[in-house]
Amino acid sequence: MLFMVVLMFTRQWLAFQQGFSIFASIMLTFVSFLILMDVQQNGILAIQPGSWDAPFGITLVADLFSAIMMLTTSFVAIIIMIYSPGFIDKERQTAGYYPLAFGLLMGVNGAFITGDLFNMYVWYEVMLTSSFVLIALGGSAEQLKGSIKYVTINFVASIFFVSAIGILYGQAGTLNMADLASKMRTWDDSTYINSALMLFFIAFSVKSALVPFFFWLPASYHTPPIAITALFAGTLTKVGVYTMFRFYSLFVVFDQQFWQIFILTLAGLTMFIGVLMAASQFDIRKILSFHIISQVGYMVMGLGIFTVSGIAGAIYFTVHNMLSKTNTFLAGGLVYQRSGSYDLKYLGGLYKASPFIALLFFVPAMSLAGIPPLPGFFGKFFLIKGGFEAHQYFITGVAILTGLFTLFSMVKIWNEAYWKKEPEGVKTDMKIHPSTSIATTLLAVAVILLGVFAGPVIDICMQAGEQIVNPQMYISAVLGK
Amino acid sequence: MLFLLAILVGVLYGAAVYLLLRRNIFKLILGLIFLGHATNLLLFVAGGLTSGRPAFLRGLQGEAAGMSDPLPQALILTAIVIGLGVTAFALTLVYRFYKVTKTVDFDQLSENE
Repeated sequence: MLFMVVLMFTRQWLAFQQGFSIFASIMLTFVSFLILMDVQQNGILAIQPGSWDAPFGITLVADLFSAIMMLTTSFVAIIIMIYSPGFIDKERQTAGYYPLAFGLLMGVNGAFITGDLFNMYVWYEVMLTSSFVLIALGGSAEQLKGSIKYVTINFVASIFFVSAIGILYGQAGTLNMADLASKMRTWDDSTYINSALMLFFIAFSVKSALVPFFFWLPASYHTPPIAITALFAGTLTKVGVYTMFRFYSLFVVFDQQFWQIFILTLAGLTMFIGVLMAASQFDIRKILSFHIISQVGYMVMGLGIFTVSGIAGAIYFTVHNMLSKTNTFLAGGLVYQRSGSYDLKYLGGLYKASPFIALLFFVPAMSLAGIPPLPGFFGKFFLIKGGFEAHQYFITGVAILTGLFTLFSMVKIWNEAYWKKEPEGVKTDMKIHPSTSIATTLLAVAVILLGVFAGPVIDICMQAGEQIVNPQMYISAVLGK
Repeated sequence: MLFLLAILVGVLYGAAVYLLLRRNIFKLILGLIFLGHATNLLLFVAGGLTSGRPAFLRGLQGEAAGMSDPLPQALILTAIVIGLGVTAFALTLVYRFYKVTKTVDFDQLSENE
């Protein structure tokens, strides 16, 4: 187990070339798959690299949720690695795109499996620093402007994170998440926990772009090449969501009523505002960026419901979202390669020009909108079912309404870019690099498969949900009790 | 000492927020630096000062008496290094930004977005 994790991390730095990075991400997927299998059979895994016993040393923990997230992330990585050679220009590729992308993945995966607060901060920084450089890579004025915003807001969020860690450490004298959680359960004073939790919450809602901290995302995500945006959309924001799940499950021991209402309210607002703003945009990349926000709302809604089926629905939805979202971004990139624009006003006629590309967009878009045989439907179905079971009718209603608007804006892209007659002077026949269409096809197939095999996947998500709802399992796995 | 440090942290945070809200990007970077240092100090104070009774350190009472806790310092060291890296990157970014746009004022840019 230790070997696998170490392999996973050291390997990534070596990835300098296109071929090797595809190979490395396939290895990564393979390793994550093994971890997932292992976790599913033997329960939560915990190791202590550096051979200091918990709670003193740094712990790596893999429960089902983190294993699922790792597997999905690494799968997205394969796709991006295949896609990139055809889309990112030579200059960027030689300027260190691949090592940076893997640095990002390393941070993401590290954050998924760490069992230590400060270590999680370090992984966050690894991930963010790589993403800073990725987003600034290339250096047009617009891109630099986007990246300054991005760096600033993320730095401030990290500061919140560290302050919260400092306060908690001062209070508890431990940084091990499991140890901290078990200590918290013995306290009777909630002041420090709640203030630290609020700081954590602010930090993570900035990173995962919840209302009211979402403005940076659409202001910066559309600036880099779309392969980078897709990588961010598929992995970065989801880490914030993951951490929120983990922390909520472990650390919210006081005032649960308050936190639940608080989170549900924000989730509802996030969903709704995100989708409304998406509906008013005309740039494909901006529409999709606002959709990220709206869908983060769904995930957090599952957290707010906090029943096994709610969490399972949220996990399934997250997996589906990582795949579909990346897929829509990549399909957007195909549109760009074909027509040379992202602006819906200057697009059209792509369906006639190339039904296949249209299909590649159609699959993930309909999945995001929640049309039955595709995974988005099952994700939303379980979330909404969980919502009704927990008697959270209002938020469930908002979720359904938001689904409708999502459909609307997806249909809008579809109509404008693919169906309507091409406006004067629009090109629809520019050359597409084969690797981009291969990657997008693979991902679309994966999305469909995720829908077809929804049954077994949901089962695993249910187990993962149980582990989240019962943090005692996590605590005892780490502390070895 | 604790009191002084607490005030210092507060002042640094205040200055940082003020600077962050300026239009000038260079001041924004300065704000980030201040914010980073304020947080390092906060970690330091929260982790407990060796002489004197820190406000937050109830959980450690009685354990390892008379020794200062090395962990907060290790944390701060890491945080400083990370902060340094981010600052260096941000400065480079601003420099590039200035070279491309010939301005460090955000507001002048909004019209040609």
